[in-house]
Amino acid sequence: MALDPILLSRLQFAFVVSFHAIFPVFTIGLASYIAVLQGLYVSTGNRVWDRLGLFWTKVFAVVFGMGVVSGIVMAFQFGTNWSNFAQMAANFIGPMLSYEVVTAFFLEAGFLGVLLFGRHRVSPAVHFFAALMVAVGTFISAFWILATNSWMQTPDGYEIREGVIHVTSWVDAIFNASFPYRFTHMALAAFLTGGFVVTGVSAWFLLRGRDVDAHKRALSMTLWLLLFLAPLQAFVGDEHGLNTLEHQPMKIAAMEGNWETESNVPLLLFALPDRDLQANRVEIGIPNGASLILRHDPDGVVPGLDQIDRAQQPPVWITFYSFRVMVALGLLMIAFAVAGLVLRKGGRVYRSRWFLRGLQGMSLAPFVAVVAGWVVTETGRSPWLIYGVLDYADAITPSLSGGMVLFTLLGYIAVYAVIFIAGVYYLCKVINQGLDEDDDTEELDSHDRPARPMSAAHVPFDDARDDRAPNRS
Amino acid sequence: MEMFDLSLIWAVIIAFGVIMYVLMDGFDLGLGILFPFAPDEDARDVMMNSVAPVWDGNETWLVLGGAGLIGAFPLVYSILLPAMYIGVFLMLAGLIFRGVAFEFRFKSRRTRNWWNAAFAGGSFVAAFAQGAVVGAYIEGFETADRVFTGGALDWLTPFSVITGLGLVAGYALLGATWLVLKSEGHVRDWARGLIPKLLVGVVVVFAVVSLWTPWIDPGVWERWFDHMQVIWLLPALALACVIGIYAANRKGRELMAFLLTLGMFIFTYLGLLVSRWPYVIPPDYTLWDAASAPESQFFLLIGVLFVVPIILTYTAWSYWVFRGKVRVGDGYH
Repeated sequence: MALDPILLSRLQFAFVVSFHAIFPVFTIGLASYIAVLQGLYVSTGNRVWDRLGLFWTKVFAVVFGMGVVSGIVMAFQFGTNWSNFAQMAANFIGPMLSYEVVTAFFLEAGFLGVLLFGRHRVSPAVHFFAALMVAVGTFISAFWILATNSWMQTPDGYEIREGVIHVTSWVDAIFNASFPYRFTHMALAAFLTGGFVVTGVSAWFLLRGRDVDAHKRALSMTLWLLLFLAPLQAFVGDEHGLNTLEHQPMKIAAMEGNWETESNVPLLLFALPDRDLQANRVEIGIPNGASLILRHDPDGVVPGLDQIDRAQQPPVWITFYSFRVMVALGLLMIAFAVAGLVLRKGGRVYRSRWFLRGLQGMSLAPFVAVVAGWVVTETGRSPWLIYGVLDYADAITPSLSGGMVLFTLLGYIAVYAVIFIAGVYYLCKVINQGLDEDDDTEELDSHDRPARPMSAAHVPFDDARDDRAPNRS
Repeated sequence: MEMFDLSLIWAVIIAFGVIMYVLMDGFDLGLGILFPFAPDEDARDVMMNSVAPVWDGNETWLVLGGAGLIGAFPLVYSILLPAMYIGVFLMLAGLIFRGVAFEFRFKSRRTRNWWNAAFAGGSFVAAFAQGAVVGAYIEGFETADRVFTGGALDWLTPFSVITGLGLVAGYALLGATWLVLKSEGHVRDWARGLIPKLLVGVVVVFAVVSLWTPWIDPGVWERWFDHMQVIWLLPALALACVIGIYAANRKGRELMAFLLTLGMFIFTYLGLLVSRWPYVIPPDYTLWDAASAPESQFFLLIGVLFVVPIILTYTAWSYWVFRGKVRVGDGYH
């Protein structure tokens, strides 16, 4: 069997992006949470907020460090595997990526050091300000990346001259039709990720009876937040879907598993899509559901995949099921947020073992949902890399062979597996160490200086070997 | 916009970014290359601590260079990266490994040898791959109709292996002179002893590459031997730096030895640029062929002109804060 460089390149890009994306999506949400904690500390003077802030800052440092290291690859991927795309779209993509680097640098250079290492060197107010700026910085980084991605989904503000894209309006190009929806959806996803990790970890501590007071507070405030955010995300996701229906109807058709353009389309809960048959072999659905959601009318006409050639259709299986995974996890998140509200009566929310265990498990849910959501949006635009403008076959690096891509794909998997295992292992150690003692005489010497992000977490990676001097750590 | 040649401005910015990266990441990659030969674990602690506060700032230049390249010269980006496909992968894998090793070595004891190996191996591979890019670049790329048409391993030639090893030796020299500057006692003595050996390696590669290059490309031959003999000044200055490094090292003038090593890199780099100017993808495309649209170059220029001075200031400040010698036992918890 010949190795297909296009398929393998798509797999490679999906792998690298998904792997990298789970770190920023977490740090974006967590940065905001830390800013809230430090803000509470400044306004109330209660040390418990500062202790929680310190704990989550250490977690943030490790995850941020992992994100930085795994992100180096991204700036080179377009050139190595998609060089025709890079050449065609560089007039827009190039400045966007550069501005992302520039803003990310600002964040690192200016405020990350103060957030990570400045706790006892600047006043709480200044420290809070640094936390706020780091949170803002993460959003600005996300802004450029999502502007780029959204433009590739709904290109605007450009013209093509001699096969090359020229930007005619930066405003139209950056604030393209799907950008506001995608950015809001992603921002909420980041908050949900941060929120569910915080509740999951707090639940873990409560189940073990460690620092109960502090983690009760963290759990309670975050559950209030999730009660508001999880349903809001469902609403925004729905709006995003309507926007997609307008601009990328075939993506919606694949998400709904809808082969024929017709009215009274059911909302499928389960189906076995069959490309050869151009229909679903089995369908279980709610009558008129899709018409109702997408057109707000049971008789509404929903576009089907019959509108385009079979060769142009997105892979229905992947899009259909990834979408359901994302929605199911979203509903589960709402369910947990509501359950939290119900259990508040009599303080059961801190004692109910099934609920706390459930929250522990739920801390992984947003990551899966985010990756599934990206799979929906990225495979659903197939075969277009720039929707309606450039397809995968024309975007690929012409000199690429399947073997080369396979070699580097396996290589990246190996490299990332090693750092991911080491990183998660270390993260667990940092979390297990828990909150620092409640005293503000934390030792600082002249060598405890702002440096690499992860040096903010003073937790040993492994246990000391007996024959090594303990002071060399 | 007509008043300025934006592409020329961008060529200067990118060239500046590349040499900044080479000089700054060069010495911390060099320390990684020297890592396995360190006399003891104390020396390794000192080596890492001497660059720990600054190394990831150094790599900012690489990411900025990659992003700036696609913004300003997409043709270079979209020919160079496919041509170096496997090399780019090796470089990135190397940088990732050493980046993670940097973080975890400080925190580990039982697994420290693993992180030592990852740091050394990653540094070596990344340095070699970067050196091979230089060699492949001198040799030129097979292109047609603005795309790379060569094979996956075209870049791996006897010539690029030599330039790869040359850069490994050069970075090791940078690392050694840096370490002399930043350490004391037995660590410094060890690093000082390395410098003459590394100089021999660098000079051998320098000579081989200089003799070989004009044979590869008639354009370079013509430029060197016919109408631009002032070019000889640059390799002469680089050689003068080499002699200066040897002398300064003998006399224990630590800062001078380090600065002269920087000088050696700068003059060699300028020599390379002048030999090829204005071709950015030899032998076919000049920097003007490779440029992106003026609107894009201009839009990007605003951001970069704003941020580069801040990066430079910040970098200078952090080197100032962390100035002075690193002692055994100093460092991170």
